[in-house]
Amino acid sequence: MHGIFTIFRKEMEDHFSSIRFLLISALIVMIGVIITSMVGMGIQEESKGMAKPTFLFLWLFTSTGKLFSFVQFIGFFGPLIGIFLGFDSINRERISRTLSKLVSQPIYRDSIINAKFLSGVMVIAIVLVAIMLIISGLGLRLIGVVPGPEELWRLVIYLIISILYISFWLGISILFSVVFRSTATSALASLAVWIFFSFFVGLGAGVLADAIAPVSQSGTGVDPEVFLKHEQIQRVVSHFSPMTLYSNATTTILDPMRKTTQSLVLMGPLERLSLSRFQNPLPLIQSLIIVIPHLISIVAITLVCFGVCYYIFMRQEIRTV
Amino acid sequence: MEGQTIIESEGLTKKYGDYIAVNQLNLKIYEGEVFGFLGPNGAGKTTTLLMFLGLTEPTSGKARVIGFDPTRDPFHVKEKVGYLPENVGFYEDMDARQNLRFIARLNRIPDKVSTGRIEESLRMVGLLEEAEKRVGTYSKGMRQRLGIAEVLIKEPKIIFLDEPTIGLDPDGTNRMLDLIHSLSREKKMTIFLSSHLLDQVQRICDRVGIMIKGEMVAIGPIGELAKKKLGVDKEHYTLEEIYMKYFKEA
Repeated sequence: MHGIFTIFRKEMEDHFSSIRFLLISALIVMIGVIITSMVGMGIQEESKGMAKPTFLFLWLFTSTGKLFSFVQFIGFFGPLIGIFLGFDSINRERISRTLSKLVSQPIYRDSIINAKFLSGVMVIAIVLVAIMLIISGLGLRLIGVVPGPEELWRLVIYLIISILYISFWLGISILFSVVFRSTATSALASLAVWIFFSFFVGLGAGVLADAIAPVSQSGTGVDPEVFLKHEQIQRVVSHFSPMTLYSNATTTILDPMRKTTQSLVLMGPLERLSLSRFQNPLPLIQSLIIVIPHLISIVAITLVCFGVCYYIFMRQEIRTV
Repeated sequence: MEGQTIIESEGLTKKYGDYIAVNQLNLKIYEGEVFGFLGPNGAGKTTTLLMFLGLTEPTSGKARVIGFDPTRDPFHVKEKVGYLPENVGFYEDMDARQNLRFIARLNRIPDKVSTGRIEESLRMVGLLEEAEKRVGTYSKGMRQRLGIAEVLIKEPKIIFLDEPTIGLDPDGTNRMLDLIHSLSREKKMTIFLSSHLLDQVQRICDRVGIMIKGEMVAIGPIGELAKKKLGVDKEHYTLEEIYMKYFKEA
């Protein structure tokens, strides 16, 4: 434990004094401010002269405004924060030959990798909390609506999911920093994985669904069974991407009106009727139950990723370290 | 000179696949001595050091360092043993004191205690005046000396030095050798020095071991080895002559 704490402390000092961290936070703060002012002003105009809808405060995070919402932004660029923080964590020490010195001190070897991971998670948490506070503060000024306790809880859950999600990418990049000797290679490999999951999985899901259950573009005379199958395949495949998991989970948590993470739901006439009649928001606990599988998946992939990284690091010959 | 055995190995062997890096090494190092560990590049010297430190697992055989088995109990070995690897690395953005402080903390030395020790070891290696500078600006010789200071922070019983003088200028080499010598005499530390620079080893070592292709071909005080290899009556010998004889035979 002592080793972890000492290395953790040093890593935090390193992070906070690095130019990289300064750049990330500057970028994030800038984007956060821009998004809020855009979205906030949009909400202000829209809700002028009418009763304020419930959960208006959450709109700050989910409304797309003119470009994209904060949630979308984190879903897309959040991985880059994780990758930035981790891609050179182990191989930088290897290149500067400090790693062999670290392992010859009386600490357990895993405390090195644990401390690196934990300090990264800590930085992610700090950055996210800071930016959400900025958005909330600015949003309060702009729309003049104070969030209720349930909205705050939803935001806290959203924060936790986001930290986990970015930590997954931190894990990926630390994994590559253990496997690859050169920092450039590990950075590029992490970016390749990011691009793969953010663009190609979605594309691949569409292609695969078209191949297995072809649906004509005109949409006329489509067998509903085939159409359903098409949708299902697309959904299953796209869930391989942590990005899909994350965006589904967070939009459901932040939008109480969303009752499912699926885009297509098969409904009978009665269900449709009841849905159109009773447009009430879901209670928090119900939203949470909907996204529990997503949450577990995100936690699982993060743990698996870190586990693999841990295993490889512990087994590596010191010689090569 | 014969003190207690502080490092001991029996049939210590390390294989990388089919390649035998260290073969059946039997070695005894006594407390307080300066042991020179010689051999050409790739003879298995560093591998042996790593096995004694518990950083590499031996394929077979046993080792004991200050009474602990480095494979099973590397933690205790690392507490008492300082290791200066070849081309030691530092955190370049920190100054000498910060680097030393970090190592002290990893060794669970409270800051109150380590403050004194940091100054003391910086003084011993002659870096007090440059302690404020970033380590990134240090010369090779200063880095090696800082490496020694870092090892001294934990007040080790044994110091493993892997090619400590390689790449140093003549003045730096002399200062390094004097430093090693004084550590052994004044601080009563056991020093295990791996090198292939023979004249330097001859200057400071009590005993030497010659390792070639993973085998320990000779071990003993330099004088004894000279008698054995070069003939009894030879007055002026150098370690190089002895070494080359062994090397050609191997």
